[in-house]
Amino acid sequence: MELLLVLALVAVIALVLTAPLRAGAAARDEAEESAAHAELTAAREAKYREIRDAELDYRTGKLDEAAWRAQDRALRAEAIEILRRLDELEGSERGEALS
Amino acid sequence: MLTLGRACLLVALAIAVYGVGASLYGARSRRREWITSGRRAVYALGGTLGLAFVVLEAAFVRSDFSFDLVQSHSSTTTPLFYRLTALWSSQEGSLLLWATLLAFWSSVVVFLTRKRLREVAPYATAVLLGFAAFFVSLMVFLETPFARVVGPVPAEGVGLNPLLRHPSMMIHPPMLYSGYTLFAIPFAFAVGALVTRRLGAEWIRSTRPFTLAAWFFLGIGIVLGARWSYTELGWGGYWAWDPVENASLMPWLTGTAFLHSVMIQEKRGMLKVWNVSLVLATGVLAILGTFLVRSGILDSIHAFGASTLGVPFLVLISVLIAGSVVLVVSRAADLRSEHRLDSLFSRESMFLLNNLVLVGLCFVIFWGTFFPLISEAVTGSKASVGPPWFNRYITPLALVLVLLSGVGPVIAWRRATLANLRRTMLGPALFAVAVLVALLAAGGVADKPAALAMFVLGAFVAGTVAQELWRGVRARRAMSDDSWPVAVISLVRRNRRRYGGYVVHLGVALLFVGIAASSAFQVARDVELSPGQSTRIGDYDVTYVRPTGSVVPAKNGRLERIDLGAVLRISRDGRVVGTMRSRRSFFPSAAPMLGPVSRYFEGDATSEVALAAGLRRDVWTVVAPDVGDLMPRVKEGDRVFARAAKSGELSASDSSVLLGEALRGLASSYTRQPPPATFRLIVSPLVSWIWIGALIVFLGGLIAIWPAPSGAARRVRATYAARVARELGRA
Repeated sequence: MELLLVLALVAVIALVLTAPLRAGAAARDEAEESAAHAELTAAREAKYREIRDAELDYRTGKLDEAAWRAQDRALRAEAIEILRRLDELEGSERGEALS
Repeated sequence: MLTLGRACLLVALAIAVYGVGASLYGARSRRREWITSGRRAVYALGGTLGLAFVVLEAAFVRSDFSFDLVQSHSSTTTPLFYRLTALWSSQEGSLLLWATLLAFWSSVVVFLTRKRLREVAPYATAVLLGFAAFFVSLMVFLETPFARVVGPVPAEGVGLNPLLRHPSMMIHPPMLYSGYTLFAIPFAFAVGALVTRRLGAEWIRSTRPFTLAAWFFLGIGIVLGARWSYTELGWGGYWAWDPVENASLMPWLTGTAFLHSVMIQEKRGMLKVWNVSLVLATGVLAILGTFLVRSGILDSIHAFGASTLGVPFLVLISVLIAGSVVLVVSRAADLRSEHRLDSLFSRESMFLLNNLVLVGLCFVIFWGTFFPLISEAVTGSKASVGPPWFNRYITPLALVLVLLSGVGPVIAWRRATLANLRRTMLGPALFAVAVLVALLAAGGVADKPAALAMFVLGAFVAGTVAQELWRGVRARRAMSDDSWPVAVISLVRRNRRRYGGYVVHLGVALLFVGIAASSAFQVARDVELSPGQSTRIGDYDVTYVRPTGSVVPAKNGRLERIDLGAVLRISRDGRVVGTMRSRRSFFPSAAPMLGPVSRYFEGDATSEVALAAGLRRDVWTVVAPDVGDLMPRVKEGDRVFARAAKSGELSASDSSVLLGEALRGLASSYTRQPPPATFRLIVSPLVSWIWIGALIVFLGGLIAIWPAPSGAARRVRATYAARVARELGRA
């Protein structure tokens, strides 16, 4: 009985580990595109958090208005750049899907 | 089931080795299918080790003494709760717990990062599986948890060490090990980032929840260990600077430093070398902590004693240190800071200072912990340093740390001006001065300057946190129509990291106030009392009312232990304020040369502490009953049972019944003619604030870890997306 359990365990694990190798490169492109999109989305969220943090610092008296405005401008410029790259990526994904 | 358990370990080792190879090959050749297969190896490892863990746990629950581990660490009289925890009371079982937790947390992180960190993740996967391969190979080749008992399967086991029969032992080791194994995750991703030269903040952001979780779990484990020491070990303290305690504190300190300094990297692109070094050091210290517990290299009440694991661990630690140094040095050019410090009066500087203090604390603890080995290497004789040595260096560093935990949250990034320093610090500073004046007026603290300084700094931290919350809520209300309570909740929900951090700082300050008060103003006495006699400790009169004695059966009817104790009455200003019960529990030894009666008095014994805990002070006592008067009767009982066994007059069941009668007679005799008992009495102020402070720290940690609710996240995204989109339109 124990031997059967061990054999079943080994068989299941072999199937799980070799499934991606058997599927080959079929799912590869999709996975890579998703990864790029996820990285940019995470960067966008982080930038929004920074913008919000700076604003809260200003409103709680840790930053004076001039410093906050300068920081806010710089952070927004960085956010814009991330959005532009996201748009580019989404555009190219849509284009490939249509073709 | 032994075969299944052993097979699981072998399969787990094969999976880990395969996963390392598949991940590295996939990363080098950029073949996603191999990377995916490597990732799946982590899940498979988790499942396989989980199965091995269940097999062993089931053996403990069933008291299957064909498992050598179960026979030597459990018994039929061990309550189910403690049979479940007995697995990690052993060297082999705790290795399995370590590896299983590592596989579990690794599975979580590789699943969550499956679409991110495309280049870094495969190397991190290989490192995590490498750690797993190391621990599993220890179990396969050196210390297997699935060894079969030698000879015929015995009917009874040796039992669990009585000191480990404490509720916190159910969660203390899993918490500690979760902390250690979770710290392997940022370590692994740091290695991946260094190898691939992807040294921005992405890997930090992706692994931050795991770093925070490691800090959180290790912190809980440390506090539970302190609580266990205070309520179970019978010496009255919560921290003894024991090597194993210190080993858990060191990675927690460097992990805390890392959590602060990564904010500078995220915001300013600075301190990259420092951050990556800190996280690598934290990973190595986590392994070092595990090594100290397993190797028996240093004397500790928590260690597993001498074992064969010292050399493999030393090899692993050497490889980790050498590899880390080579990686950091070879990537020095990629780790250059993007900015410089603008001012010494800035949050960056405060964080840097806080890092230096935390690393300084870690260094002091490291030096004190390893001093016996260092002294032996230099002088040839082993010398150790005790609590006074640690306190001499730790106290000033702790004071600076608490001060910084007040200053850090309120000082501006980049450059603080005199105007905003005044605006943010004046209120808390005035509050701290008011507390100082009040304490000096109350009296009794002036001759303890370190404790007094800690109280004042604690007040300063509380003031800064309260002020920050107040100003944040006020700003929130200025932008919305929220009521005060709704504004508080909304503010914290939208800024979890920030306000979670503030709550942690408040908890740390309270914890240090509790430590300072209980260390500086503790009163302790060892006193011998007979029933009816009283003594005085602090403001309390303590009366030994009567002795207690009983024989405690297990659920299966067998005798588990004998308890001999005392009932004490506590009075203050002539008014009874409480009754306390302490006892010493005597557990039977499994040594075959001992007689059936004396084995109950020659085995392990634990002290059950009596504790009257309050917000202002704790009254703590433990009794050490004198069993010397009973020993002649114990020896006589042994002789009677030996004669009866020789003549064959008694069946096994009769013998068991008569043994119960004999032990009850001894307990009854102790209560009828009690000899004087020795009591350790301690009155410690504000100890409860250590536990309350710790709870607040963990609440803050939980707030910081908890993911933002999706609805709120969507709203935030929508708001800022619209604003950024407007800017985009103008650009």
